[in-house]
Amino acid sequence: MSGGVVSGTVGYDEVQAGAELPAVTYPVTRLSLVKYCGASGDFNVIHWNERIAKAVGLPNVIAHGMFSMAQAGRYVTDWAGPGATVAEFGVRFSAPVVVPDDDTGATIEVSGKVEEKLDDHRVALSLTARSDGTKVLARARAIVRLP
Amino acid sequence: MPINPDYVGRTYPVSAPYEVSRVKIREFADAIGDPSPVYRDAEAARAAGHPDVIAPPTFAIVISMASTGGAVGDPGLGINYAMVVHGEQQFQYSRPLRSGDVVTAQTTISGIRSVGSLSMMTTSTEIRTTAGEHVCTAVSTLVERGAEAAGEGAA
Repeated sequence: MSGGVVSGTVGYDEVQAGAELPAVTYPVTRLSLVKYCGASGDFNVIHWNERIAKAVGLPNVIAHGMFSMAQAGRYVTDWAGPGATVAEFGVRFSAPVVVPDDDTGATIEVSGKVEEKLDDHRVALSLTARSDGTKVLARARAIVRLP
Repeated sequence: MPINPDYVGRTYPVSAPYEVSRVKIREFADAIGDPSPVYRDAEAARAAGHPDVIAPPTFAIVISMASTGGAVGDPGLGINYAMVVHGEQQFQYSRPLRSGDVVTAQTTISGIRSVGSLSMMTTSTEIRTTAGEHVCTAVSTLVERGAEAAGEGAA
């Protein structure tokens, strides 16, 4: 599945602890990074200038960590549906997403699992994000409040 | 040079008010590639139980980063921003940010530590409406790579 919606609307009562959620692959190109620079206000040169990125020891231009986190966030909100709200969301950036200057760019594959059901209609999800076989988000976790 | 640990506990001034707009939310949603109508269409947002178009969860970084920038740029800390990467990010939400919100942000440095050639600084930024309602707390850890780390892999 590529860039689509994981699911529609999930009700708290239907969710089972331990359930694995299907992985979704999101594309990231140089254009994505240019757009994210403008939308976020983060114009750090390592996200758009290959010359400087390499000069400071990176393999190439890298995606904003927050772009990867945004994809994980999209994964969560697509799964939970529009009636749900995110109560907590946290990640550790464990490796950069390297984005080559070609027509395909890179991909970020996000998968998740229902870690536990909490009170007040809340559910804790553990998330994994990989790019080119490397884990790019670690200790990624979201708590969502479901209808 | 490690980040100056004397700055732990320092709180920076409240930011100028930021008005969350539908146009900015749509731009951000487009940039992250998320087509959800609740980020674009007030009717769709209302049908989902929100008063107006809401922002994607990570939109809060737009507001918090502008505020933490004041701390990161504090000359007394001695941070070389070119060597900074994002280490960790957490958000705690009371509710989604939405179009029409007028919010301020205030950043406190909650931790500074050094491990080998890496220095880490954790900041906590509270985003509240100008009426005082808590919307989100953003906790960011920035990592400054030291000179030795920078040399590794450099051409």
